[in-house]
Amino acid sequence: MLTVVVIALLVVMVMALSRALLGPTIYDRILAVNVFGTKTVLLIAVVGFLFGRPDFLDIALVYALINFISVIGVLRYFEYSNDRHQGDNP
Amino acid sequence: MKLQSGSEPGADALKYRLSLFLLLVVLWLGNSGLYSFLLLGFGLASVIFVIWVSHCLAVVDQESQPLHLARRLPKFFGWLIVKIIRSNIDVVRLIWLGNRAISPCSTRLPLGQKSDLGRVIYANAITLTPGTVAMDMDDDTVLVHALTREGIEDLQEGEMRRRVAELER
Amino acid sequence: MIALLLEGVSVLCLGTGIFLLVSGGVGLLRFPEVFSRMHAAGVTETLAASLILLGLMLLAGWGIVMFKLLLILLFILITSPTASHALAKSAVHGGLGVDPDRNETS
Repeated sequence: MLTVVVIALLVVMVMALSRALLGPTIYDRILAVNVFGTKTVLLIAVVGFLFGRPDFLDIALVYALINFISVIGVLRYFEYSNDRHQGDNP
Repeated sequence: MKLQSGSEPGADALKYRLSLFLLLVVLWLGNSGLYSFLLLGFGLASVIFVIWVSHCLAVVDQESQPLHLARRLPKFFGWLIVKIIRSNIDVVRLIWLGNRAISPCSTRLPLGQKSDLGRVIYANAITLTPGTVAMDMDDDTVLVHALTREGIEDLQEGEMRRRVAELER
Repeated sequence: MIALLLEGVSVLCLGTGIFLLVSGGVGLLRFPEVFSRMHAAGVTETLAASLILLGLMLLAGWGIVMFKLLLILLFILITSPTASHALAKSAVHGGLGVDPDRNETS
């Protein structure tokens, strides 16, 4: 069963990656990268169980933190950097 | 929202500091798994360091540790979990039905909460249920985007708002 | 007997989680614009992640592993609405599609 979960996670990660490559706007890409990151956290946790190494959970936890911080950081960078709407800054 | 605990080191501030201490100790013990004397000492040192830093930043207060809500939170969370499961089923159905089934729309909804904390809980609850996302907020409205018209109508009925208001009463 | 039951429930959780994951991925590819895709991503980040971590918790049993899985779950549930809200907010500020004054429903 765990193998099936790993395969499904990899398929969803490929879907997220293709959305990141296709995505017409920058926000589609960031959304896809965020989904990819959350799925990576799950993948690390499940792979830890599959290989019988629960230590992987620590890595998953740290990865969840880094993923969140990086998404927020990238969004802060893009939030007011759209050229057409320079005047909208509150 | 005013920061209260930095200025008045009364019994309240002590309560919040104690609850932060307990939280951090549980976090350390649960994550370390090694209970030798040296590592427990390191744990205690880092817990005290974190409490000192958060005291200097004046973030140990009612907002970061909503103890006054603790009694009513479980009921709210129970309702929220049921709501999340139901809206997940809705969204999955819409995904498989395809683009014709969805009618994305956005509107501004009134906020009925007194405190910032209540608003944050309300907006987070809206975003946490798939199908509705809180996009922007000002002092008394929240801009919500929903996957279908029904999602908006469901929020306009205001059950979630009522429950959050009940929570902070 | 109990162990068998737990394993059955865990397989059920993991199976439902897989279905929700794939649905969310399909929605991410299929929906027409960024806000709708956000709802599809929300499915994989709330219920799918919860069910898969719940399935792993049932496999793990009581102990430190369960605590860590619970911590990961709590963390995902706290951060994912924050990230979605930040994304939606910056998309609105970036001037994407949605007009706040359109007010279709009222």
